[in-house]
Amino acid sequence: MADPVRIALVFPAVLGTYGDSGNAVVLTERLRWRGIAAEAVPVEIDQPLPQQADIYVLGGGEDSAQALAVSKLADGSLRRAADRGAPMLAVCAGFQILGETWLDGHGDVSPGLGLIDCRTDRLEGPRAVGELLVDATREGVGVLTGYENHGGRTVLGPAARPLGVVRSGVGNGAATVDGAVQGSVVATYLHGPALARNPALADHLLTQVVGSLTPVDDREAAELREERLRAARSAGRGMRRRQWRPPARDA
Amino acid sequence: MTSARYALARAAGSAAAALSRITRQGDGTTVGGRITLAIDPRALEHAAGGRDLALVTGTNGKTTTRSFLVAALETLGPVVSNAGGANLPSGLTAALARDRAPRRGVLEVDEPFVPQVIEAVHPRAVTLLNLSRDQLDRYAEVRRLAGIWRDALTGVAAPTVIANCDDPLVVWAASAAPDIVWVAAGQRWHDDTSVCPECGGVLSRSGTDWSSTCGLRRPVPSWRAEGSTVTDPQGQGHDVTLGVPGAVNVGNAALAAATASLWGVSAADALAAMTSIRTVEGRYLSTSYAGSAVRLLLAKNPAGWTEALTMVPAERQQVVVAVNARAADGRDPSWLWDVPFEQLAGRRAVATGERSRDVAVRLRYAGVDHERIDDPAAALTAAARLGPVEVLANYTAFQTYRKVVRGAETRVGRDG
Repeated sequence: MADPVRIALVFPAVLGTYGDSGNAVVLTERLRWRGIAAEAVPVEIDQPLPQQADIYVLGGGEDSAQALAVSKLADGSLRRAADRGAPMLAVCAGFQILGETWLDGHGDVSPGLGLIDCRTDRLEGPRAVGELLVDATREGVGVLTGYENHGGRTVLGPAARPLGVVRSGVGNGAATVDGAVQGSVVATYLHGPALARNPALADHLLTQVVGSLTPVDDREAAELREERLRAARSAGRGMRRRQWRPPARDA
Repeated sequence: MTSARYALARAAGSAAAALSRITRQGDGTTVGGRITLAIDPRALEHAAGGRDLALVTGTNGKTTTRSFLVAALETLGPVVSNAGGANLPSGLTAALARDRAPRRGVLEVDEPFVPQVIEAVHPRAVTLLNLSRDQLDRYAEVRRLAGIWRDALTGVAAPTVIANCDDPLVVWAASAAPDIVWVAAGQRWHDDTSVCPECGGVLSRSGTDWSSTCGLRRPVPSWRAEGSTVTDPQGQGHDVTLGVPGAVNVGNAALAAATASLWGVSAADALAAMTSIRTVEGRYLSTSYAGSAVRLLLAKNPAGWTEALTMVPAERQQVVVAVNARAADGRDPSWLWDVPFEQLAGRRAVATGERSRDVAVRLRYAGVDHERIDDPAAALTAAARLGPVEVLANYTAFQTYRKVVRGAETRVGRDG
């Protein structure tokens, strides 16, 4: 029997604040449903990054966690994986640290890992919190739905192209696009988790590892998508985004 | 000192609350408190009126621990408290304004309001249970809340802090306080404390011990909860048989007993007073529905759900998972993926609530046999037809289920 497909979940305890560890569950289970052996490999912050994983998944986290993750990945391990074309999905804080620069918790510009040609600073105005709808038809994965929760604004450079066009919500906060695609790396601000809400994006990543895939039963995901697309569109007609409210207020 | 302005504010708040009750808008606590505070912004301070108060706060277990502490302090006499879950300044004001006689009081406080409430009521004690991710669409980061607590607890006039030494965020928040009682109350959820809140380095763990290279480490507790035993500072172990389930509640009982000891209540008396509590505002309520036994568990966030899943008895085969995503729940149910629903495999689940579709997708990937039924009453009926049911619900979905089972009890009462 072939070796299982290995999905490395990078530092889930620090880059998993917003449920993004679910992306690894989705990838693993979608292979298993198809009779393909797969395992999720959580990599803890004090462990070395496995060099031979088939897919790497990074999620969102808090500022101090971002700094810690960058310091651990600065050994070039993730870059080597990207250089050999291993598919990667990076969400929110995980997206930001793969760029050239990002802003740390003190507002200082910090060097990122340089896997994506982008720079992240602060959104003008309130934190972007709410349903996010992205048209990624050009990437072949259709409309993406999720929930964003970030204060960063990410500007893409010429080597990166956007994952899709924002239909509702904020996304990168620049050029009305969300995320980035560069080589084998896919990045986005979508939580939900992104792959649970958008099985087409999950299969897009898996196809790069195992080739063409047989269909699976996605009726429940389809129902969820239909509901969230409706919600995002009706929210989009009213307020463009829900404003983050400071805690010191009687809610 | 009670001003004329406060007297007017209290009367207006009380009238508004009564009107709200008469018109069946609610129990009136929040609206009454808001009106009182609108007329007299210092109403909370006036309502506290120099009384001898304990505050209880934390992400999970506020209401249960408050109720434990009330039971312990009631061994000394009457206690004022904010029953009903209204834990914002408006609710605290209303509770204190309504019940003016007791000198002692226990207030549960929503986490971000702790500084404001400390400043207004000058409590003798503040009990810190735990901190973990919750309603991230509103509060964004957990460490931010810990910092808010830390700032409020620093200073010479700060109250005595009773704090869970097993939660690094709590320890960091509490450690600047001049007077601290550490309680080993346990913490199953570690996913918000991989990073040291002080220095941002890796927090290392070994068994229950934890430490950071910057020097922040688990303090030595004077109280300990282990299994069903609470050990007091004299080293005496007390076996507690609580009426509510879960290891987490033995920890909450230890925190409440440690707090009550500041009032001179012995550990034995405090813990004995807590054992008669079987349900706390619907939490852990055992009842029957459609001919089957039903128990309600509230879980609001990944740490709470992780604890709640351990409370489901092995023989209980039917589980209802009810999730909403209103403002009070947090608008983003992505946290469902931080909950180990895989533990429900082998049982039959019904997904319900306003975000039942998110739950259904999560359960499918967790390999849990399930169906999805929009209507909460219909979902419970479907599960109860097959046998005893454990209902796990997040905040507003839980309120719905309290009404669903209360409706059934009322009907039985009328029929029989």
